[in-house]
Amino acid sequence: MLNWMAWTMPSGLFFIGIASILLVMTIFEIRKPCVERKGWLPIPTTRGDRLFIGLLSSAFIHLSFLGLSDLSLWIALAMSALLMLILLRWG
Amino acid sequence: MTGAKVWKRTMNKIPNNKAWWLVLPMFLLVAFSAIIPLMTVVNYSLQDIFDQNTAYFVGVEWYQEVLRDTRLHDSLLRQFGFSLSVLLIEIPLGIAVALMMPTRGWQASAVLILLALPLLIPWNVVGTIWQVFARGDIGLFGWTLNNLGVDYNYTSNSLDAWLTVLLMDVWHWTSLVALLCYSGLRAIPDAYYQAAKIDRASPWAVFRYIQLPRLKNVLVIGVLLRFMDSFMIYTEPFVLTGGGPGTSTTFLSQTLTQMAIGQFDIGPAAAFSLVYFLIVLLVSWVFFTTITHMEKSDNGNKHDK
Repeated sequence: MLNWMAWTMPSGLFFIGIASILLVMTIFEIRKPCVERKGWLPIPTTRGDRLFIGLLSSAFIHLSFLGLSDLSLWIALAMSALLMLILLRWG
Repeated sequence: MTGAKVWKRTMNKIPNNKAWWLVLPMFLLVAFSAIIPLMTVVNYSLQDIFDQNTAYFVGVEWYQEVLRDTRLHDSLLRQFGFSLSVLLIEIPLGIAVALMMPTRGWQASAVLILLALPLLIPWNVVGTIWQVFARGDIGLFGWTLNNLGVDYNYTSNSLDAWLTVLLMDVWHWTSLVALLCYSGLRAIPDAYYQAAKIDRASPWAVFRYIQLPRLKNVLVIGVLLRFMDSFMIYTEPFVLTGGGPGTSTTFLSQTLTQMAIGQFDIGPAAAFSLVYFLIVLLVSWVFFTTITHMEKSDNGNKHDK
């Protein structure tokens, strides 16, 4: 299976991660529909908006770590996870 | 709303979501044509691929290399400069053209057709047209400039080449902005103009407080389309200047193509495509959110009054 189109385990895990985040968010949405609200972000957002903002900024955090420093990407990952938590909770 | 009403409403609503299954064929199509290819790009960006059976996993090495590559920095800066110039020229010019267009009679139809003409020409033909048009020996534009005493040669002077590409884009796409604005202007009810007349509003005030706010929706589409199209421009400069002289008109997508197809560096090219994609995604999202948000707060203010 993994030989097809040269799939590798890390990229597979990455997409499984994304897919399960989407799945969890969908189930969460059905169980507890969210309402648009205003947090510390300058715009009122729904839960999905905050997830999108979080994912996009995580991508840029990782890219800036890669481009500007030689620090481990685990630090970037931890920062992104923290940011995602803050965004989803208070954003 | 009282509790009983909410209860009644939820009782009447039949929670049947089976219609969602009808989306399935579309989802499969999009998955086949967009999602899986994008996933493949992510996968390739992590590997060094030589042929079908030889691929080495290299992790984020390509990203590191690509993000520190000065050639890519230069073409990214060039690209932003170009897209910004395109927006700064085409949006005001498009609005101005739309304001000056005749509104009725055969003149209106004639102008609409004339404006639509450049939009119907394929990209590579536009490139060829300008390639000949701007030549110093046989091209009307280049020949005229040279005979007027302007030292113009787009094949050897980088500034000339850059300006020619910009002029070509303006020629090709200002019509789009103008047509969008024209349709927006036609949608303004006459009552607004009558009210302005009664108030003796100056033409500038009419533009600033009636026409411009009403054009916002079409301008959002115009700015987004023009930004994304110019940010991904490939064919026209490729045909016109081939990216030269030197690298002065080598924009992002051309650098990317050179890397992916010319040098067959699939890994770095995939990594760079993803960075490119993320930039386009970010800019489009910022544009879209800012403008829809502006609209929402405007509506909110109206309701408050």
